[in-house]
Amino acid sequence: MSAPNKSYDPVEVEALKPEEIERMRDEALAAFAAASDLDALHEAKVAHTGDRSPLALANREIGALPPHAKAEAGKRVGQARGAVNKALAARKEQLEAERDARVLVEEAVDVTLPYDRRPAGARHPMTTFADRIADIFVAMGYEVAEGPEVEAEWFNFDALNIAADHPARTMQDTFFVNAGQPNGRRVGTGSASGDVVLRTHTSPVQVRSLLDREPPVYVICPGRVYRSDELDATHTPVFTQVELLAVDEGLTMADLKGTLDHMVQALFGEGMSTRLRPNYFPFTEPSAEMDMVCYVCRGDSVGNPDRPCRTCSSEGWIELGGCGMVNPRVLTACGVDPNKYSGFAFGFGIERMLMFRHNIEDMRDIVEGDVRFTLPFGMEI
Amino acid sequence: MRAPLSWLREYVDLPAGETGRDVQARLVSAGLEVEKVEQLGTGLKGPLVVGKVLAIEELTEFKKPIRYCQLDVGTANGTGEPQNVICGARNFRVGDKVVVALPGAVLPGDFQISSRKTYGKVSEGMICSARELDMGDDHDGIIVLPPEHEVGTDAIELLQLVDEVLDIAVTPDRGYCMSMRGIARETATAYGLPLRDPALLDVPAPNSYGYLVKVADPIGCDRFTARTVVNVNPEAASPIWLQRRLQKAGMRPVSLAVDITNYVMLELGQPLHAYDRGRLDGPIGVRRAQPGEKLTTLDGTQRVLDPEDLVITDNSGPIGLAGVMGGANTEIADPVRDEQTGEVRGTTEIVIEAAHFDPVAVARTSRRHKLSSEASKRFERGVDPQAASAAAQRTVDLLVLLAGGTAEAGVTEVISPSAPRTISIPADHPDRVAGTEYGRETVVRRLQQVGCDVYGADELVVTVPSWRPDLTDPNDLAEEVIRLEGYENLPSTLPKLPSGRGLTESQLLRRRIGRALAGAGYVEVLSYPFVGEAVLDQLGLEPDDPRRRAVTLVNPLSDEEPAMRTTLLPGLLGALRRNHGRGAQDLALFETGLVFLPTGEEPAPPKLTVDRRPTDEELAALDAALPHQPAHAAVVLSGAREPQGWWGKGYPANWADAVEAARTVAREAGVELTVRQAQLAPWHPGRCAALYAGEELVGHAGELHPRVVKAMNLPERTCAMEIDLELVERAAGGPLRAPRVSTFPVATQDVALVVDASVPAADVEAALRAGAGELLEDLRLFDIFSGEQIGEGRKSLAYALRFRAPDRTLTAEEASAARDAAVAVAAERTGAVLRGA
Ligand SMILES: [Zn+2]
Repeated sequence: MSAPNKSYDPVEVEALKPEEIERMRDEALAAFAAASDLDALHEAKVAHTGDRSPLALANREIGALPPHAKAEAGKRVGQARGAVNKALAARKEQLEAERDARVLVEEAVDVTLPYDRRPAGARHPMTTFADRIADIFVAMGYEVAEGPEVEAEWFNFDALNIAADHPARTMQDTFFVNAGQPNGRRVGTGSASGDVVLRTHTSPVQVRSLLDREPPVYVICPGRVYRSDELDATHTPVFTQVELLAVDEGLTMADLKGTLDHMVQALFGEGMSTRLRPNYFPFTEPSAEMDMVCYVCRGDSVGNPDRPCRTCSSEGWIELGGCGMVNPRVLTACGVDPNKYSGFAFGFGIERMLMFRHNIEDMRDIVEGDVRFTLPFGMEI
Repeated sequence: MRAPLSWLREYVDLPAGETGRDVQARLVSAGLEVEKVEQLGTGLKGPLVVGKVLAIEELTEFKKPIRYCQLDVGTANGTGEPQNVICGARNFRVGDKVVVALPGAVLPGDFQISSRKTYGKVSEGMICSARELDMGDDHDGIIVLPPEHEVGTDAIELLQLVDEVLDIAVTPDRGYCMSMRGIARETATAYGLPLRDPALLDVPAPNSYGYLVKVADPIGCDRFTARTVVNVNPEAASPIWLQRRLQKAGMRPVSLAVDITNYVMLELGQPLHAYDRGRLDGPIGVRRAQPGEKLTTLDGTQRVLDPEDLVITDNSGPIGLAGVMGGANTEIADPVRDEQTGEVRGTTEIVIEAAHFDPVAVARTSRRHKLSSEASKRFERGVDPQAASAAAQRTVDLLVLLAGGTAEAGVTEVISPSAPRTISIPADHPDRVAGTEYGRETVVRRLQQVGCDVYGADELVVTVPSWRPDLTDPNDLAEEVIRLEGYENLPSTLPKLPSGRGLTESQLLRRRIGRALAGAGYVEVLSYPFVGEAVLDQLGLEPDDPRRRAVTLVNPLSDEEPAMRTTLLPGLLGALRRNHGRGAQDLALFETGLVFLPTGEEPAPPKLTVDRRPTDEELAALDAALPHQPAHAAVVLSGAREPQGWWGKGYPANWADAVEAARTVAREAGVELTVRQAQLAPWHPGRCAALYAGEELVGHAGELHPRVVKAMNLPERTCAMEIDLELVERAAGGPLRAPRVSTFPVATQDVALVVDASVPAADVEAALRAGAGELLEDLRLFDIFSGEQIGEGRKSLAYALRFRAPDRTLTAEEASAARDAAVAVAAERTGAVLRGA
């Protein structure tokens, strides 16, 4: 840098002439505008703002000016450099945006590509349906009760007032377990015994619940049960039952009816209702068969041959299962005072309910475990 | 029970226009399960008339013999000329009366009758069989009518072809509805109309000169009425009305005497038996059978009797299974015509039995001999003992009327006296059961309609009718009131429950496990739990494998699968194979459910009463009789775990996925599994992991043994895992304790350790963790390498170790020191050498 020179006039210094500085500024601006990419802009930046750029060199001359001239020249050069830097930044931003846009275009993919890299799983609709039903009652305050599937006859029959000679206790309905198994290979040996069975309903769980708890008892018992039917489109020897038991002071058949109504509304929507028809079961008295309004036709098929309903055979009602007031003899067998407590109970197989709720035509689909059937049901139902 | 509407109208004056469907609706509401209303003779249209066979021309040139018949149908055909009709049946002769459908008639099933050419003749109509007229399909050949019916008579009316029949499924408590009398009673009540009770007959008082009856078992038989009818015409046939009522009720007409007993049984519900007096040897007795006694029943089967069987006897021994079926040697003889004299010989003297037997005795005998009869069905459900003498009288009357018999004056009645049964209930008991207010007056009226006598004001003393043995408890009476008032009129209320506690931990856990496995790509299967020895062999289980110790069934669906599963794998692998067979390639299935693990030492459960709560000891003894039934979870996998795709290569399901599935299960319980090398069928001996929760073995996972894969016809390299959820749950701790999260920087150190190829990676990891100390945040095995550089039988394990302190930034020296300490312990425990060192 040159030393100050009193006789030096900035106007006289070529590089600091106002028109010179304007020219330098304009050249820089033009170069930036002309830069077509970030590399070119970088070159222009070095050329016009670098240490060897005309404006930088001009700036250096200021020091040699006499003090009175310094301020004016400094201001002029400073303004020019400011304009140049601003233009540079603007152009840079512009070029960067253009580059980014170009890269993003180049990075574009076909987002319609399928992606079955992590195959989905699913829970079985019987499981989730049983859960859903249980949850309705859990929300009301019921407990979910469970019990063994290989069960003593006392729990499965006797305690439920099903006498030894009741037809339900024949081989046509009940799987009996062999007694007295020899050691070693046991499969296919042994002789008949009337003591242990595959439970034919989840009612033994009700009995166990009454024995385990002090009243009031409010339990819902979902579970697998067994009847010796062959598998066909509408029957399966292994099926899922949901039973409910309520034992408390002052329970009535009206409470039973209300509880059933609540359940079908929760499961099938507003406006659904149930109907009770007298029937006979040893473990309830009075007993009833329970029907619900046909979920599919809502009764519209009745007397309407143009719109027949296969689900309810155009009856307008679908049979759900049995129910009634707990027979006081059952309470007695479970140590509950029938003079103080009364109860109601119901039970139904949920396969059929699942079938008409989801338009399933063949029971075998529920049983066979074909993934194509189960997958669409997902995690909840 | 099938109840023809025309018959029902005989006892109840139903409104004229009332249809079977109307009656059905009323009876259903009153609690009778009327399954359907059968419409007889729907679409039937005449002319359908009685014809007489004038001549038969046998046509023999066809494949089967054909008859060309000339019939006299009177003036029904408009001309009075004989009618010529082709007929394929052969059970009639010249002079017989038959039913003829003339051209223009329409038979059920829209079967139009017209003149048509057939078998080279013009057939002007058709001679009808029972089946064609909807009269029942148990007869081959055409109908031959009794000779007294005039030619030209309208057969639709004569045969009562148009009717409705209510088909009622009678529940076990409603034995009285196994009769027209009972159904009429319900109908009358449902309509509020009076009942003409067919059992209200004048019955002569018992005397001492009837047929001698000795009841040795008054508990098994508390009533026995015997009546005798003589001079019965063996040739007499059942009139059409009688036959038709039997047919409509679903019974086949046999012979007059048998038809009459069946008819009276249908009418009054009292099973009857008719003995040929000429074939009875001495007095009739009732007793239990003696061991070894035999009896040939009416169905022709010889039966060895059980000492519990209640039998009817004469001097020769048992002559009937009481209440179930009579014996062959005393049955009414079929009439036999002597071809030379034309004389008909058959039973002319009949002893009628109308008795009341113990329901349980009859049920047991019926079941023991696998012999269910119309009689046993009724006795099992309960027969009105008071109706026995009326039923005997009715039978006598019909034998006199229809068979020309003469009733003998002797009337035998053996009766064990019994008091009428009474039940006391508070008058508002039905109200309290129903949850609505009927009021005393309604309760009393309804009970009276049922047939009860009712006394008392607030406390009612109810005497139940003899035909309702099912009414024993207060709630039985409540049910009668509530059903007659209409179940449909019950209010709908909700009980007020105490607050619930939601699902148990165990229930929540099982739901979580299901969701976690489904979330990991597994599809749930619910397979049948039945297994057989074959599949256990296919799984390669040793002869003494505990999984062969199974609960077996007396009456399995299939003899091939008589046992209950001890492992979930057979069912799950079956489902895998089924899916694979149906074209699925990449499969991941899971199941949770019970397995049944007997010790084989389970004692028989005690026989417990039901009139009190069993003691805790008694309940424990019941449970001790049952096998252990823990819940298991299992998965099976085959094909690709991750498929190949545009993203690159996938990878096949392998043993590690199976192990990971176990970890997925355990993680939901908050249990960390440790894995050890194991060898157990059905797994590959080198690819089987034993899964431990702490020191407890909880399951196994890995790739299946190639032999198992082959034997079970599974996809290659099928993998499986099975874990005991009960044990996993037991290992679960309490609520998770949250980790402290340090915000200081992490220091990462990688080490490659060379160990003997046989050293389990889990051991190396455990050693590293033990040596690294508290500063170790995490370590991860990121590479395994083996090759020449490492040396024969050696492998290199590369771990990334992450160190972090809770309170400061670690220095490089601290991190290195921790790493060195980790390596040192690994070296000491597993012989590991730092690679490159
Ligand atoms: Zn419908």
